[in-house]
Amino acid sequence: MRLALARRGPRAGRGLKPSAGWLGLGWLLALPAGLPIVIVLLHFGGAEPGVLAHLNGQVLPRVLGNTLWLVAGVAIGAGLLGTAAAWLVAVYDFPGRGLFAWALLLPMAVPGYVMAFVAIGLLDYAGPVQSALRAWLGPQAGLPPIRSYGGVVLVMSLVLYPYVYLIARNAFATQGRRALEVGASLGLGAFASFRKVALPLARPWIAGGVLLVAMETLADFGTVSAFNYDTFTTAIYQSWFGLFSLGGAMHLAAMLVAIVALLVLAEQALRGRARYNVGRSPQPLKRLRLRGGAALCACAALSLLLIVAFVLPVAQLAFWAVGELGELSMPRLTEAAGNTVMLAAAAALLIVVLAGLLGFARRMQGGFAMRLSTRLATLGYALPGPVLAVGIFTPLAGLSAWAGAGLNWSLSLQTTLFALLLAYAGRFLTVAHAPVEANLQRITRAMEEASTSLGIGGWRMFGRVHLPLLRGGLAAGATLVFVDVMKEMPITLMMRPYGWDTLAVRIYEFTAEGRWEQAALPAVLLVITGFLPVALLTLRGEK
Amino acid sequence: MQLELDNLRCAYDDTPVLSGLSFTLAEKQIGCLLGPSGCGKTTALRAIAGFEPVTGGQILLDGEVISRAGYRLPAARRRMGMVFQDYALLPHLNALDNVAFGLHAWPARQRRARAREYLGLVGLKGSDRRFPHELSGGQQQRVALARALAPEPRLVLMDEPFASLDVDMRGHLLREVRDILRRCGATALMVTHNQLEAFAIGDRIGVLEGGRLAQWDTPYNLYHRPVSRFTASFVGDGVLLSGQMRPDGRVATEIGDLNGRLSGSPSPDGRVQVLLRPDDIVHDDRAGMTAVVHDKAFRGADILYTLALASGARVLALVPSHHNHALGESIGIRLETDHLVVFPETS
Repeated sequence: MRLALARRGPRAGRGLKPSAGWLGLGWLLALPAGLPIVIVLLHFGGAEPGVLAHLNGQVLPRVLGNTLWLVAGVAIGAGLLGTAAAWLVAVYDFPGRGLFAWALLLPMAVPGYVMAFVAIGLLDYAGPVQSALRAWLGPQAGLPPIRSYGGVVLVMSLVLYPYVYLIARNAFATQGRRALEVGASLGLGAFASFRKVALPLARPWIAGGVLLVAMETLADFGTVSAFNYDTFTTAIYQSWFGLFSLGGAMHLAAMLVAIVALLVLAEQALRGRARYNVGRSPQPLKRLRLRGGAALCACAALSLLLIVAFVLPVAQLAFWAVGELGELSMPRLTEAAGNTVMLAAAAALLIVVLAGLLGFARRMQGGFAMRLSTRLATLGYALPGPVLAVGIFTPLAGLSAWAGAGLNWSLSLQTTLFALLLAYAGRFLTVAHAPVEANLQRITRAMEEASTSLGIGGWRMFGRVHLPLLRGGLAAGATLVFVDVMKEMPITLMMRPYGWDTLAVRIYEFTAEGRWEQAALPAVLLVITGFLPVALLTLRGEK
Repeated sequence: MQLELDNLRCAYDDTPVLSGLSFTLAEKQIGCLLGPSGCGKTTALRAIAGFEPVTGGQILLDGEVISRAGYRLPAARRRMGMVFQDYALLPHLNALDNVAFGLHAWPARQRRARAREYLGLVGLKGSDRRFPHELSGGQQQRVALARALAPEPRLVLMDEPFASLDVDMRGHLLREVRDILRRCGATALMVTHNQLEAFAIGDRIGVLEGGRLAQWDTPYNLYHRPVSRFTASFVGDGVLLSGQMRPDGRVATEIGDLNGRLSGSPSPDGRVQVLLRPDDIVHDDRAGMTAVVHDKAFRGADILYTLALASGARVLALVPSHHNHALGESIGIRLETDHLVVFPETS
């Protein structure tokens, strides 16, 4: 995709000239994501001896097993749900299909940690469902405990399946019907065609979606903390804020980075392969009409998924939230909401500008070094928040101590906010970069040359050609970052200025104390903003 | 405006792309640079437009040096209108605003009037408000042409402007573009790999081979008086047949003595290769000489026969298509040459 821009010979254009400066800018932009990786890897095994022994002996075996099992379970769960839903929606036609096509993306609007506390509040031993069961069937009646491995896997699969669904649906939409026809011509039935033709064809895409899910699972902090299910991310948090060992936190972070690296490499390998098959049949094929029982089954299965993954939790959330309206906690909530919006807006503005600069740097300067810096700068989606938090905090604290600005633990408010924004940039630069880059690709070299030859070059061209054409991508990028920062939990929790709460932090505190009703109000606000990116995705999909 | 290239050289990273290109395009003429891909024709155009630096020689516009080694008048100040292969219309502007884009120095009202006038000139009256994606390929091309012409550029440059159009559209638009350019009195230079396009539009055509100009001439001379083997084989169909110069100026070949005005020069020993175009060989059932039909291509009104001579050499003959002969059949041929192009025998 990017190769299309690479052109033989020197690049044209006045004013915006290729130079070492662009490469320098590229590496500067790679710092927020790249620096923490280097820092934590350098601190592997660097904790205090007692802490290190405790971590390696007690924490690590449990956390490593927990993390890997969780990733495996969620990858399978989300993979199955996403693929099945995508197949039904992409290949068949049945009542409600059009509605399901976009509604199945709605669970994306619910942050994992919100889904988690709603599930726990509903299904815990003391919750309304089990209480009702006991009242109805006697004291022995009940469900298996929700705070368990199965519970976390279920909740995270329900939250993350849309990643697989979205990618697999596009893959099936372009080749699903053809796969059925190929299968039929070889004497296979619908299910056999799906298994033997369509699935292998779409495997690179599905695997890509599943890998994204795996990365999200590795990076998750809020959901697993709600379940008290210890993984690397919670262990890093515990090491820092429980054992007060930043060294221990980095020791664990280094190992998490190693696991992430494996997934990123797997994803790279897949991307290379998927590229070859892309775009064989540009026009979506006609869908097969389902009738009678089959149509009913498809409709019922997707309804069940949607109800469990979205309707029930949101309804429960709304119920709790309405009950909380006008309670005493309102002023603190307003303050947290104000902080959140301010922080998210600042981050969105900053990061979208950085994304624009990164896109331009890449455009003006080709070559391996530039590609590498771009890749590094956009690696953030794979980096768990706690890794970024410790990896950014350490050098800044060191710098500030060196400059005599204060002790490690009490950075000034400005420094802290700056560090926080830097960590967000590390994590979310890729989110803003994708739409900006997509728009940038649409501006061809010939358009720039046409403008130049008509007497409009340099910065005037930037204002009259680039900026109008980038507007949509910049707006989309800013919106996505805004929403992501609003929902962000671990970085904010670990790096915020003392006593400076956001909605996600309030939810974390309420959840830790089991006060689901109070957590519901901030959660509703997050879910509402969470609809923005879903709407964007739906609109872009329909274009 | 007169364009002059004087021994122009261009290179990418020490690989020479153009090695000494010289020609002059007179005012109000339409020139074409013709050649296979990789011959450097696009580089030449981009150097003239000011998008590529030159490593030697110079480019002059009306006597003023606009490019030489170490100096490049910025593209934005050359006042040249460029039509790109993919048209490069700006997708966020409608047709009118695209045409008005280059008129930025004009007062708003005149700018719009002028843009409208040029949209009308290219036959798109009333399409002001349509956006590029709402226009067909041919319409986009017209908008691109109007955009290039509206600021009354000193030179119009066109980079394979017809390559993205389908064949039917191409022939129609070719004539139209030529007429529009003439009406505007524009001096224009087009790059193409398609000789029919070059023939249809060019007053002067330059044939490029490996970064060198093989010939800069009128379409007629290029076809009938090629000065190099490359031009002879690249432009039009034809074969080179071995022969021997006679003292009386005729050329003896295995199909008889050829007669006509001579151009080119033989080897010192008088051996030559003579260019035979398909229209030099006429099919005549009463003719004494025969050749065997080796291959045939039906073209509607006529058939292009590839004929095998006794020696095994092949010649081409363009024959009205009601003379339909089977492969392997012997048919009578007669020569009808009025000028002869000869090259020295190579071996």
